[in-house]
Amino acid sequence: MKKVFKLEDLDCANCAAKMQNAIEKLDGVKSVTISFMTQRMTLEADEERFDDVLKAAQRAIKKIEPDCTIAR
Amino acid sequence: MKYGLSKKEKKIGLRILISLAAFIVVFTVDKCVGLAAAVGGKFGWLLPFFLYLAVYVAIGYDVLYRAARNIAHGQVFDENFLMCVATLGAFALAIFRGVTGQDTEGFDEACAVLLFYQVGEFFQRYATGKSRKSVSALMDIRPDVANVIRDGVVAEVAPEEVKIGEIIVVNPGEKVPLDGVVTEGSSSLDLKALTGESLPTSVREGDRIVSGSVNLDGKILVRVEKEFYDSTVSKILELVENAADKKSKAENFITKFARYYTPTVVACALLLAVIPGAVTGDWAGWIYRALSFLVVSCPCALVISIPLSFFAGIGAASRYGVLIKGSNYIEKFAKANIFVFDKTGTLTKGNFAVSDVSPADRREEILRLAAICEQGLSHPIATSILQRYKSEFGEDLPSDYSVKNEAGLGVIAARNDERLLCGNASLMRKYGVEFEECDDSGTVVYIAKDGELTGHILIEDELKEDSPALISALKAMGAKTVMLTGDNDAVASKVALKTGVGEYHASLLPADKVSKVEEILSSKGKNDSLCFVGDGINDAPVLMRSDIGIAMGGVGSDAAIEAADIVLMRDDLDGITLAKRIARRTMNIVTENIVFSLAVKVAILILSALGITNMWIAVFGDVGVAVLAILNAMRVGLKYKTDKK
Repeated sequence: MKKVFKLEDLDCANCAAKMQNAIEKLDGVKSVTISFMTQRMTLEADEERFDDVLKAAQRAIKKIEPDCTIAR
Repeated sequence: MKYGLSKKEKKIGLRILISLAAFIVVFTVDKCVGLAAAVGGKFGWLLPFFLYLAVYVAIGYDVLYRAARNIAHGQVFDENFLMCVATLGAFALAIFRGVTGQDTEGFDEACAVLLFYQVGEFFQRYATGKSRKSVSALMDIRPDVANVIRDGVVAEVAPEEVKIGEIIVVNPGEKVPLDGVVTEGSSSLDLKALTGESLPTSVREGDRIVSGSVNLDGKILVRVEKEFYDSTVSKILELVENAADKKSKAENFITKFARYYTPTVVACALLLAVIPGAVTGDWAGWIYRALSFLVVSCPCALVISIPLSFFAGIGAASRYGVLIKGSNYIEKFAKANIFVFDKTGTLTKGNFAVSDVSPADRREEILRLAAICEQGLSHPIATSILQRYKSEFGEDLPSDYSVKNEAGLGVIAARNDERLLCGNASLMRKYGVEFEECDDSGTVVYIAKDGELTGHILIEDELKEDSPALISALKAMGAKTVMLTGDNDAVASKVALKTGVGEYHASLLPADKVSKVEEILSSKGKNDSLCFVGDGINDAPVLMRSDIGIAMGGVGSDAAIEAADIVLMRDDLDGITLAKRIARRTMNIVTENIVFSLAVKVAILILSALGITNMWIAVFGDVGVAVLAILNAMRVGLKYKTDKK
């Protein structure tokens, strides 16, 4: 399943790249792209585990930029 | 487009200004008077220390806070942290100097580094915000509400809730929320946001209109033909929003580079501090050099300026009605050097029109007689003759002729003892009219009056006015041009000659077009890039197969929007050269930014390792590069000349 999310308060371009790397390594993630310019994350992950993956992604993002949240 | 500062930005801006002013005051006084010396004694360094520390905290408290917080999260190579290490290190060195009774210096550097770092950050924020705004202007085409008529009353609902077949009201000044057909009223529509076309289009009952256009004058009722998610406006928005996900090679390179750059620089800094320090014993000197390394350890200038350039390119193109579906297509299109065109609907208008009347001195008479015969018929040839006559010689035609249709041959019109023939060569032969057969390609209509030939009319698919200009522009860029068509060789060669296209292949079935494109693809060189231009009708497979598919006249053609990589919203070939110029400029700027930023960073690293520069120059270099790279990136979005006014 592929879904697009808006990232709020994504402030630095390098962080976006770091987040993408971190999320790519998460279990269950098929692909992810984070665009700093549009502040959007496109996440593709296993359907049955999508919510868990999303939570893990949010944790990974918080670790890099604590203010940044995934808007749902 | 004007972009005001947000509240947050104003606050930061003000803070930077105040800190900068405070810094300048402390700095000048310190340099002129010598604060430490003024106080004198063993603890003289404390005065400048506290003054500079105040400035330091004022400008950098948020950086310090973020660094501390991120360390708690285990983010060591965070740029906030590195900035803090560099500046606090500089402070520590200065304190060390003060305590050991040397000249007090270095406090100013620490403040300056943080100050300029903040200036750079501020500028980046401003630039990205501005650039985002310019693209979100395009997003403004999203309609908020639809006024739907239900049970005789107008109800305001979300566009998503309207179903096919319902009637919506669009008042003047409102956006058309859904695709549909006008059932009542007339108005003019502004399609600027969709196509970049600044002249309004007038619509009336029965006309099909697309969502995203703005109703200018009159109230119209529209029968909805597509649900919102399927409408033009949704398709376009989706496309623009997804554009940033398709990253170019340059962007991927930078992301990869950034991943290794920071750790490498930090490691070098550590080595630089420890090894020569231990060898020479000059710890302070070498640590200082290492700290300068940390100042340039953030790859931000690159990381931000490359996507910014592409983003600006996509944004600039969209303002001219050219939608590019991703930065990777900008990259490929800049290199595109084989252009394959579909003929009908792309290089030609795809309709019938009178192209020649012969003999020319009897033009009015020939057209008039033909128009008399053809009036009331709906065949495309009849329409084209009538249209031409009316536009040149006025509306009135005698209607007292009795008209008889000869299937497959033409028309006979009679009044009293006058008899007109209008049709093909067979018709002329059948009625024994003497004539010379015309061997021009296209459809020839002969006109005879009372058994004698008056002349003939040549009807052809019209060439678009800008086709020859496009082909020569592409040739001037060194590109190879190829035309594919299902028409016969005679027609194809004529169009090829008129447009100047380098190569053509005629009598191709739709499937043959795919194999022809594959043939060209397999024979092209490794660095060549094939670009197919079609009108989006029946050529979706070819659009997908080629390196870059360009579809013409995207408004209202879903298949084209989906299959193509670049969509020309306006049915105007000018967009191709424009997109090419934008793509080229974008790629030039991207290359400039990569080369320039890397060169400056490496130069600063080498110079600081050798101890030639100080931290001042390092931070100027770093922030300066970022600012210059961003300014350069914004150049992509500047105005482009279009050939038409």
